[in-house]
Parts: sequence; C-alpha cells; structure tokens
Amino acid sequence: MVGAMLAGIGRPVLAACESVGRLALFAAEAVSHMVRPPFHARQFWRHFVEVAYFSLPVVALTALFTGMVLALQSYTGFARFNAQSAVASVVVLSVVRELGPVLAGLMVAGRIGAAMAAELGTMRVTDQIDALTTLSTDPMKYLVAPRILATTLALPLLVVVADILGVMGGYVIGTMKLGFVSAAYLDSTWDVLEAMDVISGLIKAAVFGFVIGLMGCWYGFHSKGGAQGVGLATTSAVVVASILILMLDYVVTEAFFSP
Amino acid sequence: MSALGVSLKGVRKSFGAKRVLDGVDIEVAPNSSLVILGGSGSGKSVTIKCILGLIQPDEGVIEVGGQDVTRLSRRDRLALMDRMGMLFQQGALFDSLPVWENVCFKLLAQKRITRAAARDRAAEVLAQVGLAASVGDLSPSELSGGMQKRVALARAVAARPDLIFFDEPTTGLDPIMGAVIDGLIVDCVQRLGATAISITHDMASARRIGQQAAMIHHGKIVWTGAAAELGNTGNAMVDQFARGEREGPIQMELRK
Ligand SMILES: Nc1ncnc2c1ncn2[C@@H]1O[C@H](COP(=O)(O)OP(=O)(O)OP(=O)(O)O)[C@@H](O)[C@H]1O
Ligand SMILES: [Mg+2]
Repeated sequence: MVGAMLAGIGRPVLAACESVGRLALFAAEAVSHMVRPPFHARQFWRHFVEVAYFSLPVVALTALFTGMVLALQSYTGFARFNAQSAVASVVVLSVVRELGPVLAGLMVAGRIGAAMAAELGTMRVTDQIDALTTLSTDPMKYLVAPRILATTLALPLLVVVADILGVMGGYVIGTMKLGFVSAAYLDSTWDVLEAMDVISGLIKAAVFGFVIGLMGCWYGFHSKGGAQGVGLATTSAVVVASILILMLDYVVTEAFFSP
Repeated sequence: MSALGVSLKGVRKSFGAKRVLDGVDIEVAPNSSLVILGGSGSGKSVTIKCILGLIQPDEGVIEVGGQDVTRLSRRDRLALMDRMGMLFQQGALFDSLPVWENVCFKLLAQKRITRAAARDRAAEVLAQVGLAASVGDLSPSELSGGMQKRVALARAVAARPDLIFFDEPTTGLDPIMGAVIDGLIVDCVQRLGATAISITHDMASARRIGQQAAMIHHGKIVWTGAAAELGNTGNAMVDQFARGEREGPIQMELRK
C-alpha cells in the first residue's frame, strides 16, 4: 500500500528528472557546437534576421503602448498620495528592468519559438533531420546551434529598442497629457537610471532568448506523429518558454537586486 | 574507392509493444545489388534505417564494411556516413533550400566543391535523372511528386557514395522514367562500383536493378535468391507476392 503510493510519487519524479537531464544535455551539446567549427554562418544569419529584424514591429508596438499605459496608470495611482512626480522614474525603471525584457521575451516566444518548433517538427516527421545525418551534416550543429545562438543574441538588441520606445511612450503621455515639462521629465528619467538597471535587463533578455531558442528546438526536434505531433510541439514550445521566462525573470532579478 | 559490404545478423526492433523486426539476417556482398521485397508495413524502411544507424536496433549485429555500426564511436560513424547515400521514401528534400543546393548538399557540407561549381554539378546530376538545369533554381515545394523523387535520387547519388540505399526509387514515376531511374541505379553499381540496397514493390524494376533479392515477412527474411528468378522461384510465398496473386500462403491481414 505504502509501497505503491511511494512508487506512484517516485515514477513521475524520476521521469521529470530524466527529461530535465536530457534537456540539459541537449542544451550543452547545442552550446558546444556554437564554439566548435565548422560554423553555419548562413543559417545563423537567416534566423538572426528573422528574430531581430522581423520581430521589431511587434516588440516596438508592445513596448510603446506599455510605456504609455504605465505613465497613465502610475499618474492616476500616485495622485492619491501626491507622488505624481515619480511617474518618469517609475516608467523608466519598470520598462528597463522588467517590462522590456519580459514583454519582448513573451512576444518573441510566441512568434519565433512557435515557428522554430513547427519548422523542426515538420523536418523531423518528414525525415529531413535523418536526411541531414546521411548528408554528412550534424543536425545539432546545422539546425539547433544557429537557432539558439540567433535568439540569444537578437533578444538583447530587441530589448534595447523596447526600452527606448517604452520610455518614449511614457514621455509622450507625460508631456502631452499629464502636463509634465519635457526637460524635467527627461531629467528625472536620466537621474534615476543606473547602469545596472540596463545591464540586468539585457542579461535577462539574453537568458530569455536562449530559453526561447532552446524550447523551440527541443520540442521541434523531438516531435513525432505527423501534423498533430507538430502542432503539439508548437504549443508546448510556446507555453513552456513563456512559463520559464517568468520563472527565470524572478531568478535573475533576485540575483541582481536581492536586498 | 572501395565498395562496402553489409551484413545483418539477428536484428530485432520493436516500437513499444509492436515487434517490427524479429531476427533479420541479410548478407550483401561489396559491389552487388540487393532488392528487398515485402508487404506494406513489413519493416523494409526500418531495416535500412537500422543499417544507416538512424534507428538503433534492440538486438543483433549490423556490419558495414566489416565494422559493427551499432558500436561505432561518433567519429567513425560520421566517417562511415560520408560514404553512404540514401533516398528516403518520401524524398525528405529540404524545402528551405533550392533544388540545386539540395542536390549538392553533401558535397557542399564536405567542402568538396565551391558554391559556384555546385550549380554546374547539380545541373549535371539533374540531367541524369531527366530534369532540366532550370529545375535547379526552383524550390522543392514547386515540384510534382515524381520530380521531387528524382531530385531526392539525384541528391542521394551526387556525392558518389560507396553504399547507396534506395527506398522505393520508382514509386510515383511513369514507366519510362522508372526505367531510366533503374538504369541509373544499375549504373551506380556497375560503373561507379557502389553497393546498392533497394526497396521496391515493382517486380519489373526489381529484376532490372537487383542481382539478389530478399523477401521480408513477419519481421524475418523468409527467402533470398536471384532477383532474375522472381515470379518463378519455387517458393510459394515469394511467387505469390511477385505475381501479385490474392490466393496463396500470404493472406491479407489487418496490420497491427
Ligand atoms: N518511428 C516509428 N515509430 C513507431 N512505429 C514505427 C516507426 N517507424 C516504423 N514504425 C512501424 O514499423 C512498421 C514497419 O514500418 P516500415 O516503414 O519499415 O514499413 P515498410 O516495410 O517500409 O512499408 P511500406 O512498403 O509501406 O513503406 C510499421 O508498422 C510502422 O508502423
Ligand atoms: Mg517503407
């Protein structure tokens, strides 16, 4: 009775440990291919452009409106205890430290994580990944490493753009609607911002980028069972990457700013 | 270049509870041509994927050129893979690349050719499978099924492998094109000195491309013999299969 219960708990735990272990090996192998030649620059570039350039509109719009909403919300909220002057600082700190990386990460997870899982999943179920092996090409090196490297390097760039547009959104609402003086708003923005805020945000972005690429490739690479399997892989890649982004966001924040 | 022999002994493979290969034994001499016959779903494709090392068998020994492929180090396995070519049943062309890059993929990957030279080489190989050079610039998704098959065939032979696998090379082709492709396969063996293992459901084609033939049934090799004799081998099962008769020792059964 007790034995059966323990087995019932133990088996899923063991299975979970096993998949985490396999995922870690997968990630380690991918990283090892990033630093060992030959490099597939053409593949890397194709995905880098896809992530960095073609995600720009989505990320830019998200950041802009988030900055605008943030200014409006914090103004009306802070008005209750006469702290309206803090709006500029709140906007810049929340965007740079938190919302820029997280929102860009979630948007890119939806766009790119899904696309990668679908592409690799289709390649898996149509034997294209096996075909690569027979054509003297390591699929980990050719397919996985360039994709993960591309998302890891592209996301910080996107976050720089998101940061700038987020602050701009706040500035536009602050000066045009809330009656802040332009120079004063910008001054309080600059005064409060520290290098560590930006750096932590960019490190978050790189971590999220890695997670997005890793999940897209992992689920795509291991999908099976035709169109339905590919669909499942796509969903899993996006859901798991999004959850991991939020979890790792806490971990990185804790590492940088724990009191 | 030296051809590779292949030998399978007692190869077993199950997917979950379903046993697909149940002790397969096959011998293929270097520079010879074997055709594998068998009902749909009998494990022919799985057998050649095991030889290529794409599927790990549960039991048994698979030797290619005298080396046990299930025990090779990663490096030796890659070196061996460099000498093999495979036509996948569904083509498995890379749809993110144009046809010419598909055809010369292996040559490019091994840096045996520049990208400029690859286009010319692709045109040459495409001509051998009856496709114009202009096809090289199309994307695989723009081709008909039979054209995709021929491009996949061109890709399999472009790097002049020592051991080539053809999984249903003529399925989906018109009879004349089928005969041309058969000629190409015979050429690979006779002129280029390769070893070929083919799967086909077309008996005329099997007689043309095969020297030896083997029939797989219920996960085992039930017969091997000369491909030329297919249809009158004296083995009731093989003859029924080769002539496509409903009555005989093989009964249609629902596949599990
Ligand atoms: N990756 C896999 N996972 C689970 N089962 C598989 C897998 N690959 C093959 N099978 C099963 O193994 C059996 C043999 O498949 P295989 O593709 O070798 O058949 P085949 O002889 O090539 O048939 P056909 O002539 O139709 O191509 C089938 O029943 C199939 O369902
Ligand atoms: Mg098959």
